[in-house]
Amino acid sequence: MQRFAPLIIVLALAGLFFMMMTQEGRNPNEIKSVMIGKPAPAFSIPGLEADAPGLTDADLRTGEPVLVNFFASWCVPCRAEHESLMALAREHGATVIGIAYKDTPDRSLAFLDELGNPFAKTGADLDGRVAIDWGVTGVPETFLVDGSGTIVYRHWGPIVGDGLEAQVLPALEALK
Amino acid sequence: MMRALTAFLLTIALTVAALAVAVDEKPLEDPAKEAMARELMKELRCVVCQNQSIEDSNADIARDLRQIVRERIAMGDTPDNVKAYLVDRYGDYVLLEPPLKPTTYFLWGSPFIFLGFVVYMVLRSRKKPVAPAPLSAEEQAELDTILGKREDDA
Amino acid sequence: MIAELGHFATILALVLALLGATVPHVGIARGDSRLMAVADNAAIGQFLMAIIAFGALMYSYIISDFSVYAVAANSHSAKPMLYKIAGVWGNHEGSLLLWILMLTLFAAALSLKGRKLPQRFRTRVIAVQSALVVGFLLFILFTSNPFVRLDPAPFEGNGLNPLLQDPGLAFHPPMLYLGYVGLSVAFSFAVAALIEGEVTPLWARWVRPWTLVAWMFLTAGIILGSWWAYYELGWGGWWFWDPAENASFMPWLVATALLHSAIVVEKRDALKSWTILLSIVAFSFSLLGTFLVRSGVITSVHAFANDPARGVFILGFLVVVIGGALTLYAWRAPKLTPGGLFGLVSRESALVLNNILLSTFAGVVLVGTLYPLVLEATGSGQISVGAPFFDFGAIVLMSPLIVALGFGPLLAWKRGRLPRAATTLLPALVVALVVGLFTYWQTAGGVVMTAFGLLLATWLLASVAMEIAERTQLFKNPAGFLRRLRHLPRASWGMSLAHSGVAVLLFGITISEAWTEEKLVIMQRGDTAEVGDYSVRFDGVAPVTGPNYTAIQGHFYASPKSGGADIMLEPQDRLYTDPVMNTTEAAIHSMLSGDLYAVIGEAAGGGRWSVRLYFKPFVVGLWLGAAMMVLGGLLSLSDRRLRVGAPKAKKLSAEA
Repeated sequence: MQRFAPLIIVLALAGLFFMMMTQEGRNPNEIKSVMIGKPAPAFSIPGLEADAPGLTDADLRTGEPVLVNFFASWCVPCRAEHESLMALAREHGATVIGIAYKDTPDRSLAFLDELGNPFAKTGADLDGRVAIDWGVTGVPETFLVDGSGTIVYRHWGPIVGDGLEAQVLPALEALK
Repeated sequence: MMRALTAFLLTIALTVAALAVAVDEKPLEDPAKEAMARELMKELRCVVCQNQSIEDSNADIARDLRQIVRERIAMGDTPDNVKAYLVDRYGDYVLLEPPLKPTTYFLWGSPFIFLGFVVYMVLRSRKKPVAPAPLSAEEQAELDTILGKREDDA
Repeated sequence: MIAELGHFATILALVLALLGATVPHVGIARGDSRLMAVADNAAIGQFLMAIIAFGALMYSYIISDFSVYAVAANSHSAKPMLYKIAGVWGNHEGSLLLWILMLTLFAAALSLKGRKLPQRFRTRVIAVQSALVVGFLLFILFTSNPFVRLDPAPFEGNGLNPLLQDPGLAFHPPMLYLGYVGLSVAFSFAVAALIEGEVTPLWARWVRPWTLVAWMFLTAGIILGSWWAYYELGWGGWWFWDPAENASFMPWLVATALLHSAIVVEKRDALKSWTILLSIVAFSFSLLGTFLVRSGVITSVHAFANDPARGVFILGFLVVVIGGALTLYAWRAPKLTPGGLFGLVSRESALVLNNILLSTFAGVVLVGTLYPLVLEATGSGQISVGAPFFDFGAIVLMSPLIVALGFGPLLAWKRGRLPRAATTLLPALVVALVVGLFTYWQTAGGVVMTAFGLLLATWLLASVAMEIAERTQLFKNPAGFLRRLRHLPRASWGMSLAHSGVAVLLFGITISEAWTEEKLVIMQRGDTAEVGDYSVRFDGVAPVTGPNYTAIQGHFYASPKSGGADIMLEPQDRLYTDPVMNTTEAAIHSMLSGDLYAVIGEAAGGGRWSVRLYFKPFVVGLWLGAAMMVLGGLLSLSDRRLRVGAPKAKKLSAEA
């Protein structure tokens, strides 16, 4: 029996590798969010426009599901996913809140002027601390928060390709 | 082909951009606290890098996390408090030293488990009666020539 | 045209390798020596084709032919020539071709240098080697062809990652690959022996020099990589337990075990089945390393482009090669007759202990490397396994190894006497304890591991000295000491040197870890900072321009407090243009006592700069220790007893 042990170990490892390699949509760099199922962290930040009211966690407890998107004007993938955010807001009637991560408000606003503004509300996370409280590792990241303020889903990286149809919309649908 | 190319370049950009060193922050005034903070930074994994601690990384987020570590240590947090704070947000992933819990028992036990297993196998195989392989005279002669007179010079 | 030539040579190499992997076995079955001779000819033919292919690729890099995909993706016309050449293997496709070149090199070397091996056995070995070449050639041709043309050709290439634009790239990968690939010879020997169903002391004698060569290259390759990380990455670290590093360390551990167990096979005709297994496992770990950095299944600093198609192909190849060899092992190993008996206290047992500890540690490193993947696969959360775990494994498993290392060479074969060895080693033990306790007391009980590390290193160094003294009867009969010292066989000197190298390495690790001084300061021109026994003055910055980068260069003068000339340190903060990337070039002044290490960071405004200064004592010990290990291997190799194809080999093998 013991002479088969090395062979068995090798086959088991090969099985493991094969499983992980062929797993759909797996990115070895992705860190799974540990925030899912937890209430959204408390925060209070200024809005992007000088005269706009600030953004707080209370804005996430409206009884309606809300998408919270962390973005930045300097972030290239954010540009790539913008179309999906526009579609979410315009075509699917989702409430999307934008938090500008470590970006000056005027640049963020210019970014939205250029590409369109999908956000119902915006906030400026100037020092990036709100993002850290949410466990964000980089922009863009998008969280789905249910009406009671609990985080139910996180989309890591830009919503591109079939990410919208296959992941974000079903998650949103499940809340309704 | 071009897609593979782009993917490749993107990987490179993502993986190595963070490798350059960071020497940009202000150390804490209190040398004891600074030392404690630095020690702690070595144990925390940069969340966007490959196997680097936040102390070794130049990534933006690593810089922010260093800042947080320093602030919290300055405020009087213990290293364990700071770790708990980060684990709450990023999970056990941020700890370069995996915490001891049921899922990691095997990991931490592996040196002893493997050692015990191998020693057991060796001892078991020794117990088996093994007939000394008889050498033919010819073989013996060959062996003697090969081994030479010296047996102690391995 | 040249690229097509390379492509064609690759295909031709595949044809030759296919012939070389199959026809010789037919020859052996039929007893037809002409068919058996195909193995040799095919091996040399493959090697020539691989040279042509590699040469063609290198030529495309040198002339910056951007219509070739690999060149466009990884090179740039403004790159210095050294990096155009070294850039050939700075990417997946080129490094794979280098791997193939080396695999065929070893096959050709077997065919040329192994003339004294019995023909039947040599034929088997080379045929197995050719089969490995087939697998890699299929891999390169079907998933990673570097000769693919781009149409239209871009005007300029994408450039090479600036971190790789370093002389280190010219040496580290080829050395490492010679080590990885060199282990394929032991693998082929093992498979051939399993096919033949016989392992003899002669087999061990043949396989040991090849393994030693591979081990030396692997050791040199790993340490060069460490050295590169140490000065290029700019944070003064030299080992990070990154998956890619572990991937090179695991075969090293197993190859080290193999070197020692092969001695037991050679001398005592024992441990045969185990040694065969180690030969297979050592190369399997080489393949695993290649798989890990090329498949993207794990993230690593060194990872090449992540491509699942490649990953699946190489995984399939791995299963065929390793699985095939291990199946053969499971089938044939019981046929290997167990050999010489030995007592619980004997040289053999010491070597068994060496093997147990080294292979257990390899297993632990494997578990640590793959554990996050296993947890992810079972949905048990994400964890990171970093240095603290591996350090723990190293302390648990490598400390007893070093203790045993002192005893091993003093024990006799078959039945040794521990008390006698202990008496001989008593002075070593005393010296080690004194050093350990003194350190413990000096550091006021600070870090126990520092005292422990120094204790172990001293013990090892002293016991090597005692062993030489014992062997030359220094104390019993001092008169003939020098004569006996001169007559010690080179293999014995090699062993002592390599073992002392381990001790020096351990000194380097322990001392530099324990007493590194680090200063993180913001300085402006004229400021001084103290680090180690040096007072470092900052003399401002100046811009400098390189061939494909611009840089800010800081000027520092370190004056030793004990007096003496100033040491100039000029670290740079470089901005490369193609691709755009910032790198840090640390300024390092190496001395036996320690390294002064300076890094210049960002401008802090108002002419102030953030600066990192280190004094790292006895880092040289790392490089020195590793060099001693490699030189020890070289000495052993030059011992005529170890040469490939001993004079008597032919006659004995006739019976086989």
